[in-house]
Amino acid sequence: MAVIRDVMAEFELFQPSSVADVLRLLAEHGKDAWILAGGLDSLDWLKDRLRRPRAVIDLGGVEELRGVTETGDGLSIGATTTLTEVVQHPVIRRRYGLLSRAASLVASPQIRNQGTLGGNLSQDARCWYYRAGWPCYRAGGNVCYADSPVGRNREHAILHADRCVAVNPSDTAPALIALGARLVVQGPRGERVVEAEDFFVGPDVDITRLHALGPGELLTAVRLPAEWADRRFYFEKVRDREVWDFALLEVASAMSLAGDRIERIRIAVNGAAARPLRLPQVERAVRGLPASAATGELAGTLAVEGAVPLRFNAYKVPLMRNLVKRAIGGVPEAPWPS
Amino acid sequence: MAEEGAGGREYGTGHRLVGKNYPTPDLVAKVTGQARFAEDHRAEGMLYCKLLLSPMPHARVRRIDAREALALPGVKAILTADELPPPADALTDNGTVIKANPKGERALTMEPLYRGEPILAVAAVDELTAAEAIERIHLDLEPLPFVIDPLETLRPGGPNPRTDGNIWVRRPAPPASPGGPAPSTPPPEVGELKWTAADFAAAGPGQLPTGKTPEEWSHGDLEAGFQRAALVLDETFVTPDTSHQTLETRSALAYWQNGKVHVFTGTQSTAQTVPAIARWLNLDPADVVLVSEYTGGGFGSKITAGISLVIPALLSRKAGAPVMMRISREEETYIGRARPSLRGRLRVGFTAQGRISAVDMLVICDNGPYDAVGDAASAGRIVSLLYQPEAMRWRGATVLTNTPPRSAQSAPGGMQGIVLMEPIVAKAARRLGLDQVAIRRLNCPEGKAPFGPEVQGRRAHVTSAFLKEALDRGAEQFRWKERVARTPRRMGTRVRGVGVSLSCYVGGSIGFDGLLLLTPDGRVHFQSGIGNLGTESVVDVHRVGAEILGVPWERCEVIWGDSSRNLPFTCVSGGSQTTHAMTRAAHATAMDARAKLQRIAALTLGGGPELYEVADERVFRRGGGASLTLAEAAQHAIRLGGPFDGHELSPDLNKVTRAAAAALAGRGLVAAAKDAYPRDGVTHSYVASFAEVEVDVETGKYRVVDFLAFGDVGSVIHPRALGGQMLGRSVLGMGHALGQRWVFDPHYGALLSTRFHHSKPPTILDVPTRMQWGALDIPDPETPVGARGVGEPPVGGGCASILNALSDALGDEVFRRAPVTCDAILAALEAGRPMQPPLEAHV
Repeated sequence: MAVIRDVMAEFELFQPSSVADVLRLLAEHGKDAWILAGGLDSLDWLKDRLRRPRAVIDLGGVEELRGVTETGDGLSIGATTTLTEVVQHPVIRRRYGLLSRAASLVASPQIRNQGTLGGNLSQDARCWYYRAGWPCYRAGGNVCYADSPVGRNREHAILHADRCVAVNPSDTAPALIALGARLVVQGPRGERVVEAEDFFVGPDVDITRLHALGPGELLTAVRLPAEWADRRFYFEKVRDREVWDFALLEVASAMSLAGDRIERIRIAVNGAAARPLRLPQVERAVRGLPASAATGELAGTLAVEGAVPLRFNAYKVPLMRNLVKRAIGGVPEAPWPS
Repeated sequence: MAEEGAGGREYGTGHRLVGKNYPTPDLVAKVTGQARFAEDHRAEGMLYCKLLLSPMPHARVRRIDAREALALPGVKAILTADELPPPADALTDNGTVIKANPKGERALTMEPLYRGEPILAVAAVDELTAAEAIERIHLDLEPLPFVIDPLETLRPGGPNPRTDGNIWVRRPAPPASPGGPAPSTPPPEVGELKWTAADFAAAGPGQLPTGKTPEEWSHGDLEAGFQRAALVLDETFVTPDTSHQTLETRSALAYWQNGKVHVFTGTQSTAQTVPAIARWLNLDPADVVLVSEYTGGGFGSKITAGISLVIPALLSRKAGAPVMMRISREEETYIGRARPSLRGRLRVGFTAQGRISAVDMLVICDNGPYDAVGDAASAGRIVSLLYQPEAMRWRGATVLTNTPPRSAQSAPGGMQGIVLMEPIVAKAARRLGLDQVAIRRLNCPEGKAPFGPEVQGRRAHVTSAFLKEALDRGAEQFRWKERVARTPRRMGTRVRGVGVSLSCYVGGSIGFDGLLLLTPDGRVHFQSGIGNLGTESVVDVHRVGAEILGVPWERCEVIWGDSSRNLPFTCVSGGSQTTHAMTRAAHATAMDARAKLQRIAALTLGGGPELYEVADERVFRRGGGASLTLAEAAQHAIRLGGPFDGHELSPDLNKVTRAAAAALAGRGLVAAAKDAYPRDGVTHSYVASFAEVEVDVETGKYRVVDFLAFGDVGSVIHPRALGGQMLGRSVLGMGHALGQRWVFDPHYGALLSTRFHHSKPPTILDVPTRMQWGALDIPDPETPVGARGVGEPPVGGGCASILNALSDALGDEVFRRAPVTCDAILAALEAGRPMQPPLEAHV
């Protein structure tokens, strides 16, 4: 059979208006169902004819999935709230600036207008072999093309690779881990709430997906606890282009200080592994130390312990080290006259 | 009106229209979305076409089984390579036959030579049906050896990209028989070039081997030049392969009506695309109607539109219905052309004062599998011109690989030559303790500067060059000295660096025709065969004619974009020749119109023609007295007939122009003229490019803080369009520094960077918000309007000024190929030496 990577195959489109209806459709169609939110990940798969769901369930009409509400303990953000809405929401900007910053660096303005927070979190790997339809481990095959002697792996993993070396592409994921967010998942057995860091899985757990959503489950909301609001935040995304690019590596941190000393910190990176990595060893080591360049050096060194670079991505080791260092020690300003 | 970013400068002193800004007639349609590009056209009963692309980099198609596809309801026709007309010879205007290359590229193939090459096309009632038909086709492919790295095929025993070799070989034309016609140029043949193991062993780490090359020239005493040198640098550098990435892919609609094919597509050149389509389809050009009102970018990839538009034309004929072929971004990456990378090794000698005494240049061009591009040779010519070495040897090999076909891309070869040479000049200035502007001022061309080898005892020379002035003016506007002297250079983790680069490319041809019609309502209709490729030259050049005739611009109309609307013989819009060539033709045509108006006045009002002047929409007797309005003169032209209304035409006009003028005959005063003005030299334009960058040494990320391009481009015709070209094409060059490239998996011969977010052309946020430009506005002395072309000259400087600013900030031991991305910088800073793979292709 010849291959063509253009023109969506036919499917039946469902446009439910409630989460209950979405769950019913998911149960009804099982493996043939595909959830469509902003479409930035989905439409690539569909137009490349690499995913051929029979039933596409469009979340666009489900009002209860959309918008930001204040709760007794922080905020709840509906899964189909657009990234632009996340960026611009006044409370998120004021109290959870880490998330609005991370969301503001996703892709491009057009994509942020269309893309949703839930979609950004649950999007699939962007490894160019996998996305081009090569029959790799992640696609159910038995080879990793990127991790071969001549494979092109500049964008790939330096940590926790297990057969597959793809990385998680979500910019908001590390920010949510640093903010102690919890993700609300509804499914056939009701609602469960998971810590943001537990929502993501590596190839050792499941090589076919990047998240822990089970069959028939839907990510419905993101809860931001007040506990990590208003902290000292740091977010830095390093990418080739200043717009419309995935991270080569990025860091997110939230820190509470007592005087100049680090009281508590949550720090995560993305672009280093198949899941966004919280760095507990760093969090433990820097507790009680001054938020200084020297502590940053220590943190950076600890962060990259065990990193195994591939042929074209050795740069990610110093890059991750330096980003973690900056998250803790800060970046000296360089205000040149232009 | 002064232009923002142009240093407050006003252009066009002493002119009424030339050098002034104006709203172009296509502006509103473009910004409101009303402009109809190829994909926007519809035809009754239109079918859609999809392509089956080769899954292998080199294979033989043993069998195509399309039975299941043809059985699918809605599938109307399938086109395969054996249904293409045989490649046709081309006939030049002077009657020389260029024999078709039987091994050249065709629209479809049974022996794909790169992964992604179209094998067949399906026409169906909609795209979904066509796509599903493609999936029902069974191909039996025999895999053949392939190679994607030009150095791998040069190795002894290395694989060949084609069954019969890895280079093109051109046999010389047979001698002309006495009194006979000029002999036809024979088609090229495929040959084999291999270097020896000793060549590879002798190269040294990271250096390009210097094996034998099929082409070579030299001038001056190279060894004496090196002996005179106080500093000799020997450097290898690799430039990237970059797709043209036009926003509009090469989609096309075609149908047949009454024996004629009607084609709707985007092309750089309207008039010249007609004979190209005719050649590809083996038709008489009179049987081709081309509509191409708007073109969403070409940059050399659509000079006469793509060979791929043969597919909808032939499918339409086969299916008996119009066929629309919409090309996806991934397909465009395969068939949409690309700039070839050059691997260059340059040994350059500098005197203690910084004068370049010798250049020994060897380049390997990665050509892809089909017809040879000229980048290797252009790179040598431009280095020879732009740096004026006292002695130079150029050697080049254009090597075939199983990668998508290359074509000219903005400043083909010239851009790469500049990028190979500039880092060496920058390094030499640092070693010799010279200012970067000063060393370029010392070496750059001036006046009728010579270039290239001696041919029959003489070297070619340019029409003019005022690049020293452009460097001086640019350095002043960029505040170069102030920026160089500024301290500290490093603050925190950030380092700044400044760079300057010379840049140039060809800027004009001669000998084309113009055609205008003055109708009895007093309006002037300029017939423009130029493509509307985004540069505005399609309209701009006719401002010259309007100015000469003294007609308000509001009384003028430009007819463009449809070959059935009587367009004259026009240059292709490639090689930045249009503004030069077609202002000359416009000038000649306006002078013809003026002479005809003077004669009509003399015949109507008495006296000799020389007594009459043309201005302010009138022909009037000098010093006062009798006059005609242009409207009245047009009526008289119709009454007088003969040469006045197009019934008699000058014999030196091209047959295309004659046909167009004949169709206009009797409708008013018809003026048509060939540009027969003399020219001494080869026209080039020049740019001095300046950049400042800021590098974060902890991430390797850098940003371009400021950029200025200052041009020596002859007289300015349209400042706003010029500024768009100066900066837009600079950005095209910057992409080659900032990150644009191809990435291949060499084991499978597969291009991985098939989408924009892989190949990474620069975005508006990757370049400074407020870039600056300027132009000398010194007329070129070898053309009546003084204008030269400008599209391509800024490209090399856009890239090289950034590379030079980076090495100013970081030192010489950071990169040895472009693009220079943050991973390369960070890895090099960690290791203290360049860490990019030195010569490997497509990393």
